[in-house]
Amino acid sequence: MAVRISIRTADYDVEGQMAQQSTPPQWSTGKSPLRHGDVPFRAGTVALASAVVLLVFAVAWMLYTSSQEARTAFGWDLLFGSTWNPVETELNPVSFGGWPAVRGTLLSALIALIIAAPLAVAIGIYLAELCPPVLRTPLSFLVELLAAVPSVIYGVWGVFVFVPFFSSAVAEPLSATVGAIVPWFAGPIATGRGLIVTGIILALMILPTIASLTRDVLRLVPNTQREAMLAIGATRWETIWLAVIPYSRAGIIGAIMLGLGRALGETMAATMLVGNTQRISESLFAPATTAASLVANELTNSVSSLHESALISVAFALFGITLFLNFGARLLIWFVERNTRGGRS
Amino acid sequence: MSAVVLQELTPFYGARQAVKPVNMTLASNQITAIIGPSGCGKSTVLRCLNRMHETIPGAYATGTVMLGAQNIYAPDIDPTMIRIKVGMVFQQPVALRTRNVYENVAVGLRLQGLSNRAELDAAVERALRSAVLWDEVKDVLDKPGTALSGGQQQRLSIARALAIEPEVLLLDEPASALDPIATASIEELLMTLKSRLTIVIVTHSMQQAARISDETAVFMVDVGAGQSIGELVEKGDTTQVFTQPNDPRTESYISGRVG
Amino acid sequence: MRTFNYRRRKLVDQLMRGLSALATGCAVIPLIAIIGYVLTIGSGAMSWSFFTDVYQPPSNAPEATADAPAVAYDPNDPFANLTVEPEAGTTGSTEDVTNVYNASPRGGVLHGILGTLTIAGIGLLFALPIGIFAGIYLSEFRNERFATIVRFCCDVLSGSPSIVAGVTIYVLVVLQTQQFSAVAGSMALAILMIPIVTRTTEEMLKLVPETMREAARGLGAPTWYSTFTVVLPAALPGIVTGVMLAFARGAGETAPLILTVLGSNIISTDIFKPMAALPLLTYRYTESPYPGENTQAWGAAFVLMMLVLLMNILVRVATRKSGGNSR
Repeated sequence: MAVRISIRTADYDVEGQMAQQSTPPQWSTGKSPLRHGDVPFRAGTVALASAVVLLVFAVAWMLYTSSQEARTAFGWDLLFGSTWNPVETELNPVSFGGWPAVRGTLLSALIALIIAAPLAVAIGIYLAELCPPVLRTPLSFLVELLAAVPSVIYGVWGVFVFVPFFSSAVAEPLSATVGAIVPWFAGPIATGRGLIVTGIILALMILPTIASLTRDVLRLVPNTQREAMLAIGATRWETIWLAVIPYSRAGIIGAIMLGLGRALGETMAATMLVGNTQRISESLFAPATTAASLVANELTNSVSSLHESALISVAFALFGITLFLNFGARLLIWFVERNTRGGRS
Repeated sequence: MSAVVLQELTPFYGARQAVKPVNMTLASNQITAIIGPSGCGKSTVLRCLNRMHETIPGAYATGTVMLGAQNIYAPDIDPTMIRIKVGMVFQQPVALRTRNVYENVAVGLRLQGLSNRAELDAAVERALRSAVLWDEVKDVLDKPGTALSGGQQQRLSIARALAIEPEVLLLDEPASALDPIATASIEELLMTLKSRLTIVIVTHSMQQAARISDETAVFMVDVGAGQSIGELVEKGDTTQVFTQPNDPRTESYISGRVG
Repeated sequence: MRTFNYRRRKLVDQLMRGLSALATGCAVIPLIAIIGYVLTIGSGAMSWSFFTDVYQPPSNAPEATADAPAVAYDPNDPFANLTVEPEAGTTGSTEDVTNVYNASPRGGVLHGILGTLTIAGIGLLFALPIGIFAGIYLSEFRNERFATIVRFCCDVLSGSPSIVAGVTIYVLVVLQTQQFSAVAGSMALAILMIPIVTRTTEEMLKLVPETMREAARGLGAPTWYSTFTVVLPAALPGIVTGVMLAFARGAGETAPLILTVLGSNIISTDIFKPMAALPLLTYRYTESPYPGENTQAWGAAFVLMMLVLLMNILVRVATRKSGGNSR
């Protein structure tokens, strides 16, 4: 086959027109042996695309089967039982109750969400609607960069900089005053590691994620909607609040859900900051644990197959809940995108 | 109703001047059509008349635009106040997506703090009747605005602009996205509105300008000195502009020799 | 009729615009602080030996070199060299321990840098064929129902916590082979890289104008031929950026490595054995009681941060050159 097609982007002009072809069309339709290539081509891409699907099934199947032993032994106690004791002692029998981890995961993610969601949405609004054009590109780049910073770095900063600062500046004065009445803020502050610092660092980590997604969905709002509001004498904020945000509400909720998913599953920052203890203490300043850090800390040191299975059950629950959140979030964002493409305005 | 007087109005996009300084008077209770080839700055000039031009990042304008006795480009003037007095309808019909038909019309009044249901009902009906849409939508006021047809949505846009009772109505190619029947209904509507309003319409259709306008302003592109720039070449009585144009460029444009 | 509330509206407008700017400022400050701390403290840990040397236990004794380590260890034992042996000439008294505690940082992270490049590199080798071909499938057969399933599975993978990838490989590979290994870590990272490569490939291929495909089809070229000679080359710069981002993501992951490669204190060339990795070193040095090693945690974080910064800036430059239309 001597015929070659030479089409590069350079041959293609702005108007979407093909430039003049120098090569005359010479493919022999139907008879070319090359034509048969399409069947294996499709088969090949399908096969490797199936690998992605297979991978998901492998993960789910592995989590399901490997957690079976513990699930049959403990049932829902794996998530809601209050004692996690992998090694039998004279006083305590072996028990795998994941509630300390589940509670820690939920509380730290909740703290993260309460701090991050309003801030991140505000940042998204600022980036998409209000920011001076000069700042838009560098700020957007910064936000994307921060979303790419490895979690272990947030952990290092948290351990060496934030925890000492937070302990002396916030936790100690707060526990000495309010802590006497409100058990959530009770002392003593020992290592400074606990749910609240974990939550705050998680908030910093999910901020860029939510902010950049929010910016993206706000950018999808057609300009005609903004102009229509401005043209009847709305202020910039009224335009944003009454036209832009309602238009992209579902997408913003989706962005927050993805952020929540990331906070729930985040391992390193939690492992380094939460204190890793199975004891439940009411104070948010006291050390605790999360599901992801429990798995990271104990799986390679598991003392029995039941212990291992229990840890995998915890990972299974984590997988399940993030799967659910992601599915919901994607559905919402997809919904917004479809609405934007269809319709007239 | 007040006339709109443009004095040395010069719109810019960043450092680029879009149109040579414009001087003209848009008479009250008349329809003034602005025509010209694409890129001549006709929409830009129109958007300067309610200060929508400057909502594009980097865009601004110099000169003055007198609305009655008020210069809308005076430094102490807030653009949002101007937009209440000078309404605007765009090329694309806009139904605010999350609002129903009623709220699409009432939104401007709500912004101004009107919350009395009876007053709102009356104002919405009045605006919809003015936009010749009431009979078609009176039973579907709680349906989403986006459910209406394109022509209906454009009349809904006009109703939204009329609801806050502006003195001037600007229309930027309001019929270019519509079919001939919808176009005819919009034109008919504008003819009935001119007794109450100063109407300025940008159109790329010379037939439309000839059909509905009393006066016509012709903009052309001046391609010289390395960059193209818009320019007002002629303004006058529509019949005169189309039959005996003063400027040779107008003549060649309306006879189809340019653009 | 008009109740005029102009003043209040103007106030609300300015207040809310100010608040969103303030929120942005407040959030950006700690985030910049993180980068700033890592760059300043981390660069303080930089020295020639930081990049050329491997792990050295905290000690006040004269610095050992990679060729003549302070303590003899079994090169196949990942835990070798981990415990602090009393130096020759000391008695192991409390005073000596205090001295060791105050020892200045020694050694380097060369083993971590090499390990991360190896593990993430092999991970990329696993992820590339699957990711790129799945991306081609999603783009060129985008309307098939199976494509929706693949896309959903990609979202599942990219959304699930990285620890899950670690658990999966731990159970399926590490437990089966009874061996922590670099290659197991690569597999875990590949699980995280695949969705990134797939989705960028898909997005980049979709950006190639339909007219180019039609032109090739008009010439009678079969789909596979036009894909490989026309569509793929046109989208290549974008795909490369996606691959770089996937590499950066993989290189920074820690949790899956804890469960799969374990870590090591020496330069290991055997990918079927445990290996060191920068994120692991960062984590272990952070948890270390020795201030000298804490300093090295900042140093390792600095190198990681540089890698991420470099990749992102390269991507930025590359996408700007190609018209910047990659979202």
